Amino acid sequence: MAKINVNGSVLDVAADPATPLLWVLREQLGLTGTKFGCGIAQCGACTVHINGEAQRSCVLPLESISESDTIVTIEGLSEDGSHPVQQAWLQLDVPQCGYCQAGMIMAVAALLEKNPKPSDEEIDAEITNICRCGTYRRVRKGIHLAAAAKA
Amino acid sequence: MTVSLDITRRGFVAGAGAVAGLTLGFSIPFGREAAEAKAAIDEINAWVVVKPDDQVIIRIARSEMGQGTLTGLAQLVAEELECDWSKVTTEYPSPATNLERGRIWQSFSTGGSRGIRESHDYVRQGGAAAREMLIAAAAKDWGVSASDCTAVNSVITHKASNRSTTYGKVAVAASKLEPPKEVQLKDPKDWKLAGKPVKRLDTADKLTGKQIYGVDLKLPGMLNASIKACPVFGGKLASFDDSKVKSMPGVRGVVAVGEDAVAVVAETWWQANSALQALPIVWDEGENKGVTSETIREFVAEGLDAKDAFVGNEAGDIDGALKGAAKTVEATYTYPFQHHATMEPMNATAKWTEERCEVWCPTQNGEAALAACAEAAGLSPAQCDVYKIHLGGGFGRRGAFHDYVRQAVMIAMEFPGTPVKLIWTREEDMAHGMYHPYTQCKLTAALDENGDVTGLRVRIAGQSILASVMPQRMKNGADMVTFQTLLPGGEHSISYSFPNLLVDHAMRNPPVPPGFWRGVNANQNAIYMECFLDEVAHATGQDPLEFRLKLMGDYPKNAAVLKAAAEGAGWGKPAPEGVYRGLAQCTAFASHIAACAEVSVGDDGKVKIHRIVAATDSGHAVNPQQIEAQVEGSFVYGLSAMLYGECTVKGGRVEQQNFDTYRVMTISEMPEVETIVMPSGGFWGGVGEPTIAVAAPAVLNAIFAATGKRIRTLPLKHHSLAKA
Ligand code: FES
Ligand code: FES
Repeated sequence: MAKINVNGSVLDVAADPATPLLWVLREQLGLTGTKFGCGIAQCGACTVHINGEAQRSCVLPLESISESDTIVTIEGLSEDGSHPVQQAWLQLDVPQCGYCQAGMIMAVAALLEKNPKPSDEEIDAEITNICRCGTYRRVRKGIHLAAAAKA
Repeated sequence: MTVSLDITRRGFVAGAGAVAGLTLGFSIPFGREAAEAKAAIDEINAWVVVKPDDQVIIRIARSEMGQGTLTGLAQLVAEELECDWSKVTTEYPSPATNLERGRIWQSFSTGGSRGIRESHDYVRQGGAAAREMLIAAAAKDWGVSASDCTAVNSVITHKASNRSTTYGKVAVAASKLEPPKEVQLKDPKDWKLAGKPVKRLDTADKLTGKQIYGVDLKLPGMLNASIKACPVFGGKLASFDDSKVKSMPGVRGVVAVGEDAVAVVAETWWQANSALQALPIVWDEGENKGVTSETIREFVAEGLDAKDAFVGNEAGDIDGALKGAAKTVEATYTYPFQHHATMEPMNATAKWTEERCEVWCPTQNGEAALAACAEAAGLSPAQCDVYKIHLGGGFGRRGAFHDYVRQAVMIAMEFPGTPVKLIWTREEDMAHGMYHPYTQCKLTAALDENGDVTGLRVRIAGQSILASVMPQRMKNGADMVTFQTLLPGGEHSISYSFPNLLVDHAMRNPPVPPGFWRGVNANQNAIYMECFLDEVAHATGQDPLEFRLKLMGDYPKNAAVLKAAAEGAGWGKPAPEGVYRGLAQCTAFASHIAACAEVSVGDDGKVKIHRIVAATDSGHAVNPQQIEAQVEGSFVYGLSAMLYGECTVKGGRVEQQNFDTYRVMTISEMPEVETIVMPSGGFWGGVGEPTIAVAAPAVLNAIFAATGKRIRTLPLKHHSLAKA
């Protein structure tokens, strides 16, 4: 049985070592906030933080994760939706269908940790998540708003 | 009943504490009877439930898939109800309950940008009737006349006696009163809540992972399934060899699904899908295995000059006008198959017994999902129900088509009493779309010596959606939906006057299943018309704005949005260095829309879309900030198609399998969008789709202005715009 550290708890997981982290989170741990969109690291819907880095969990087999890796999912980003990115998103009504947004928020939160005031060009380079509803303009505004709030 | 799903953080911790098994600390309310008993107590009418603590639940029949209809419809009900907006939540009634109650909520269909424009009247009446009943209950209690009482913000007041009470306190009494025979609806100019840019009701849970989508559903004892249907259109399942996969971890069964598919059922979806990918399958590819994009192109192109065609719009004598023309301009355009590519793949969860079948799924039409469920289950609709869940995108894929529901039910029938959740892989989703139809279009303009248009001939050749999807809606063999934005009147009226005009359609249906794809046929028809008129304007040395306006005398609302977009972008004034502008406008889904795009093209041919100014006249504007969101999203949808979108066919199947080969726009390509919401009143237009139609032509016309290159086949990725 593997042990993984998710949202501050060390948990036992009984799953085939080849199972992608995405499906371990969703099916073994019931953390369905992390979404399946493509399964091939193209869309970003499955983005989580591993040791603070945004990672696409659909292509990370369980066996590549060690107990010392700290995993944070959308459910663990904040206790109550109070993370500055979540707050900015709330203020601007960013989500439409919302399906991509957990991944989007995780990608943005990781970006702001590394780069607290990203330029538009840096946002373009770093945020490659797909949103079919087309919330990109509010996402960009939300990033700047969250950056300002964090500063 | 309705489903309200909630994974609390505590629920997760409890589940994980119990060593992360498959049962989690959240539950799905199943109890149909319990839900109905509850409804009977506090339901004022079908649309409004008021709780003793003044919480108001507004029932929403249409589906929320991102377009904001949930909030907009609730605003309309609450406007008339005069309730405290901060205490409003919503719920979906179930389709079977709708049937049981004589279709009291009317249509559940959520497509064609119709959510609000089709139901505004009766949902507002529902709110108004509930208000009257609540007031009447208070008045009765006080022994005063209801007409001397007023209601504001969920508080009822009788001024003369200085008494007041709240909706919650009189709700039970109100629910027992006769509904009023008629109610007076407010004049939209008196709206306080509708028409205002209020926040969506469904945002908070979409930021924390709490929002449950169909793919997230978890029922006690549930199994999971992954499926493959024959990738060749019309092909069938010949055989499969389950001996290799039956013993794989978690696998509970390998089942043929209908004639054309096979599914693996396992404890987890990952196990099911791993086994499915390892399963040897033999397909009977059938007669379409030789179909390619090229054979389809040729088949449709023959229609461009064919004799057989259905007329969509006709005026004067087009042949005469063309014969007598001083000059003609002609061009042929093509629009490719597109995939909906909702971010949430197709999925449904079904639980079947011999007496009852229940389905939980994302659907744009709960009643159609119920019909699909009943048919597949071999039961009557009264023995079935469908519990709707917010969609992770719909775009037309989940309204007229419930293939995924049928499959889930057929799989669940192999496991009586056990819920089974079916999720498609992205590859399955790409292979079994209901694709934006493929058409070509030849346009010929007759011009006089002054360059004025004396006639226009528009021949569309290609695929009909209705012929495949809703043949009962065809008129004498014709599919009038094909002519969206080119019709003589109505919600998809043409918006130019030509003294001589003929628009017709040579129907050529290739064996690729077509569907309603957000924006539907307005998408390509607006490209054909708007790019071609741009060609004519340039061919005759006229300003594209002035040229259009000359033809728009009969369409002042269209002229107004076009001028607003053009002026907003500074048309006629110099653009920034290297930036060029393009225009487009049309009437679609009963709204008038226009866009002016600003584009630059580098020497290397790289296109940058800097800014788009878009104007929308939807008659009434229920939530301007959500209209803005829909306009912005429409540009992403329309421009993704224009830049990259194309499903190609080889061996009778779609070649693109995932987002690596079916590319869509990301944030780096997103232009600045300025949305002008200019409701002129007096009508109700849609907003979820219309703007898509103007996205591509505005940008393509700007690209022409920048490069002198006219793009007539899409997507743009096939064209080099590099300086020679
Ligand atoms: S599901 Fe992982 S990137 Fe799409
Ligand atoms: S909000 Fe729907 S896909 Fe992004």
